[in-house]
Amino acid sequence: MANDSVLKPKATIMDEAGIKRALVRISHEIVERNKGTENLVLVGIRRRGVPIAQRLAAFISDTEATEVPVGMLDITLYRDDLTLRHDQPMVHRTEVPDINGKTVVLVDDVLYTGRTVRAAMDALMDLGRPSSIQLMVLTDRGHRELPIRADYVGKNVPTSKHELVEVRLNEVDNVEDVLIMEKVERDE
Amino acid sequence: MNDVQQLRQKHILGLAELSVEEMTLILQTSESMREIIDRPIKQVPTLRGRQVLSLFYESSTRTKASFDLACKYMSAGAVSISKDSSSLTKGESLRDTVRNVEIMGPEVVIMRHPSGGACHYLARNVSSSVINAGDGTHEHPTQGLLDMLTVLQHKEHLDGLNVVIVGDVFHSRVARSNIIGFSRMGANVVVSGPSTLLPPYIEEMGCQVESDLDHALAEADVVYVLRLQLERQSASYFPSLREYTELYGLNERRLALAKPDALLMHPGPMNRGVEIDSDVADGAQSVILEQVPNGVAVRMALLYLLLGGGE
Repeated sequence: MANDSVLKPKATIMDEAGIKRALVRISHEIVERNKGTENLVLVGIRRRGVPIAQRLAAFISDTEATEVPVGMLDITLYRDDLTLRHDQPMVHRTEVPDINGKTVVLVDDVLYTGRTVRAAMDALMDLGRPSSIQLMVLTDRGHRELPIRADYVGKNVPTSKHELVEVRLNEVDNVEDVLIMEKVERDE
Repeated sequence: MNDVQQLRQKHILGLAELSVEEMTLILQTSESMREIIDRPIKQVPTLRGRQVLSLFYESSTRTKASFDLACKYMSAGAVSISKDSSSLTKGESLRDTVRNVEIMGPEVVIMRHPSGGACHYLARNVSSSVINAGDGTHEHPTQGLLDMLTVLQHKEHLDGLNVVIVGDVFHSRVARSNIIGFSRMGANVVVSGPSTLLPPYIEEMGCQVESDLDHALAEADVVYVLRLQLERQSASYFPSLREYTELYGLNERRLALAKPDALLMHPGPMNRGVEIDSDVADGAQSVILEQVPNGVAVRMALLYLLLGGGE
């Protein structure tokens, strides 16, 4: 980082049990709101949205005894800040099952400005014509810059813009929690 | 952010200039791009508003179409000028063309040219990024990359593979890029062909020479047949086409000498019945048609890597 600030953990807002409870609850909400699992597709936004979507699908199959298809979406090519960044994000593969006429639940770890979700919706529309798109996030930290809201939220986390919400999952990070990180000036 | 990687090169002039890490990044990005080509809507908005100019001083079907499609799939604006439909053959010097190109302000210039090194000259004299689409008998880096991508999709790694390149190595920029690329990625490359078509000291590029094709093919994982460049052969390099086919044409008997799961490749356009028989070209081991969409994917990846990040 060019500017002299570092990120320091400020508080743990969810632990492993908390994340599990939230995902079990949301798996029920998704089935309830859609009156079953017919025509349902879960699409995780890379990277941490993917394991969350897979876990939701597993919880749904526990209670409903049906398999809900899961896709993974890489939104790098749809970002609106590619030319503003001095680093270049790596492009990963998108693998999404047929979404034509389906109800797609987009899944991500943190909802912040809404720009990622905008990009994800554009990407989805290029892959087919879903009958509707719903949004599930593990945490909503506020500060939206676009008219986007989530249908399913694990936890609302009021934050300041100087803070950052970090979701860590076993599949990616080998630990499981949600932290609020704070930018602190590095004293020289 | 996680796994941010970047191409350090501003230009893609040859595989000789690319490190193993850079080739790996390009190949991984190409593999991600490949899926877009199979979508019903084959376009992502990534390079909207960016401009690409291609200059083809030599005729081309595949490469030109492939670059044009790559630009369209990435939403970049593309203008291509080829020698048949422009004043490129009216005698303007490359230097003057370069100046005119520069002032039009494209961010990437793609060029194919009959003289080796022409792209390097262009790269030194314009502020845009330059991609070499083939310069004389020097290099054809995007072809080398798409060939490596095709092999990777079947073999999952390149190191330790035995790659046999057969035919007119002398006139072939495809051969040069493939020798450099595959050997740098750890494959063992053997070239085979009539000695008049194997340049002296070619082994210094990191390959072995075996003029007996049947010997060369034993244990081969990849058999890469080069096109006999009939249009470049003003002098006679071998007694007759029939003799060439007899000694170096790839047919069913010869392919059976390679490993049973060996891949058969050809950069196109094929001279069927000359360097390759139709029954193997269209056979089960042929991946020749897979090379084509992979070419579009590689070119999309390069456009993204050269243009996608900001300053």
